[in-house]
Amino acid sequence: MKPILEIRELSKQYKLGWQRLRKAQNVRELIADGLTKPLRMLRGNQNHGPAKQEPFTLWALEKVNLDIYEGDIIGIIGRNGAGKSTLLKILSRITSPSNGTVVIRGRLASLLEVGTGFHPELTGKENIFLNGAILGMRRAEIIRRFDEIVAFAEVEKFLDTPVKHYSSGMYVRLAFAVAAHLDPEILVVDEVLAVGDLSFQKKCLGKMGEVSRSGRTVLFVSHNMAAIENLCTRGIVLHQGKLHFDGATKDAIQYYLNSLSTRFGTGHVVDLDGVGDRRSIVAPLLKRLEFFTENEQPLLEGLPTGSKLKIRVHFDLPGPTLSFNVGLGFNNSYGQRVFTAHSMFEPNRSVKESVGPQVFTCEIPSFTLMPGEYSVKVFLELKNREADAIEDAAKISVLESDFYGTGKVPKNGMFVLEHGWYLEQAADAK
Amino acid sequence: MPTDFELTIRPRKGWQAVDFTEAYLYRELFAFLVWRDVKIRYRQTLLGGLWAILQPFIAMLIFSFIFNRLAHVQSDGPPYKLFAYAGLAPWTFFSTSVTQSSNSLLANHQLVSKVYFPRIFIPLGAIGALLLDLLLSLGLFFAMMLYYRWPATVALLWLPLFILVAVLATAGTGLTLSALNVSFRDVKYVVPFLVQMGLFVTPVIYPARYVPARWQVLLGLNPMAGVVIGFRHALLGTPASWAVMGVSIGVSVALFVFGLLIFRRMENRFADII
Repeated sequence: MKPILEIRELSKQYKLGWQRLRKAQNVRELIADGLTKPLRMLRGNQNHGPAKQEPFTLWALEKVNLDIYEGDIIGIIGRNGAGKSTLLKILSRITSPSNGTVVIRGRLASLLEVGTGFHPELTGKENIFLNGAILGMRRAEIIRRFDEIVAFAEVEKFLDTPVKHYSSGMYVRLAFAVAAHLDPEILVVDEVLAVGDLSFQKKCLGKMGEVSRSGRTVLFVSHNMAAIENLCTRGIVLHQGKLHFDGATKDAIQYYLNSLSTRFGTGHVVDLDGVGDRRSIVAPLLKRLEFFTENEQPLLEGLPTGSKLKIRVHFDLPGPTLSFNVGLGFNNSYGQRVFTAHSMFEPNRSVKESVGPQVFTCEIPSFTLMPGEYSVKVFLELKNREADAIEDAAKISVLESDFYGTGKVPKNGMFVLEHGWYLEQAADAK
Repeated sequence: MPTDFELTIRPRKGWQAVDFTEAYLYRELFAFLVWRDVKIRYRQTLLGGLWAILQPFIAMLIFSFIFNRLAHVQSDGPPYKLFAYAGLAPWTFFSTSVTQSSNSLLANHQLVSKVYFPRIFIPLGAIGALLLDLLLSLGLFFAMMLYYRWPATVALLWLPLFILVAVLATAGTGLTLSALNVSFRDVKYVVPFLVQMGLFVTPVIYPARYVPARWQVLLGLNPMAGVVIGFRHALLGTPASWAVMGVSIGVSVALFVFGLLIFRRMENRFADII
């Protein structure tokens, strides 16, 4: 049997703009620099003029080979930036590869985002037709499945209401419902289940299970390992654009989890010097992370919800500069960014010209995210442009705690907040 | 789309032929995109579709006052108001379409980066929706002809041709600018300037005969000049030089082909840089 998808030596290179190796030193050079910019842009990466430039390129995918057969349900796992979305975008023909080929033998539909093409001014009914057409459905097909879509989305009463008046839950339900009723031979789905409430997520997973049991081929990207394990028959792991593992789903997940844990050093210090998996547009300037908790104690194990978290970021500044910032992003286990700390938000930020090794300390008096594993992204910006960035630089385990001081452990939601409750006699009480 | 087919995805570089088969397969989506633009354009406006005819109508009143009354610009026969409106209808179509289509890819960046369909539908859809406005404004024009008791002539049969030429010139310009706009946001500054200056180098508010004879053919190099002259010829029966209009028609066709090709060449990078 011929594979339904044949991926050969597939590579994709992105150019991330040009790095300025030498800065203009005075006003005259600065003006000359500005005036010759259009010329340089047209010429591309040739080194001319006062500011030498060199393109920074990134291989988002590198020589990926894969055969996928009819009925395969493939789970694609990997860290942020591993090339999962790039692979899906090439398969969906949104972007073209730099090298290599893909042969597709069947009708392929992709769902990279819920609600693409929804227009807020149009009604629910109008959006079903528009979105269906955008996703590749024929008008006759949409009419035939219209009632099913509406029933799945549970929006019968609001069909003639513009979707801008919908609650976010209704909006997502409707958007997913349209996509769920596509009838392709190959379905490509990016992380779209991270939206919506829990019961709806279950419904979507159920629908996807149904699709997969019907003998169709599915490629599914998710950070939700439970969903991958339940749905998929085969797992592949991507790492820095390369295919690292291809096999049974369970083994793929194990491989991925192992690869994650080897990354983190022991103790509260994470050495960033040797990390290859980074986007260093200027140079690998980020050196080290140190984690502390209450009373300046090193953070050696988990961090109880609501405790103090202090992160010291060590980095180098290559030349004297006034404008530099450090950011820390916290992602939950679904890969969703739940919080970003950025030094530009510090009102008392001292502005002085600095050069050489620096330590920027971020102090979070109460880290109120719910128990779970969070991965930390760290990035350095020079003149508001990313200079060095490491996804998954470190991991923090947040532990259960008696945050409200009542002896009861909060269980639901994504974070805890200080709040109060007041009981009063109702005014109209007799 | 066919159920059993084989498709090979390869790197794409350089000039490519336009894939008309694919555009035909997706024809329903094109209709939906036009329909969407028509639907949302006048949503939550008090006057709705009336705006389609109000714009050229008000412009006509103002231009008649300034150029005809104050500056004594004369038409070439018919009442100046009819004359101005016959030029303003295609010009408004051109200027609004170019403005909207050149910005259309950026406005729909979500569609470009998250789903696949012929990208060309995005700028063309914007133009398609505005074509409806042109037809509406022509409706008003016929009412005005009745009011001024200006007779229609056999030349009216040429109108579909000039509408087609207007669409080709507009689409050629819109496709080129929308594709360039993805990489070079300079387009944002070029378009208002182009539209503003275009009104003066096109014989919209003055008759073509004001242009000296030796420059007449040069005038035709502006595709909209031929379109405006042609619209007047068809609607009002005013004399028109087929030499000028012929040059404009040629330029429009060339511009359209160029727009298709440059759009095709640049479209593989849209999703990466938008």
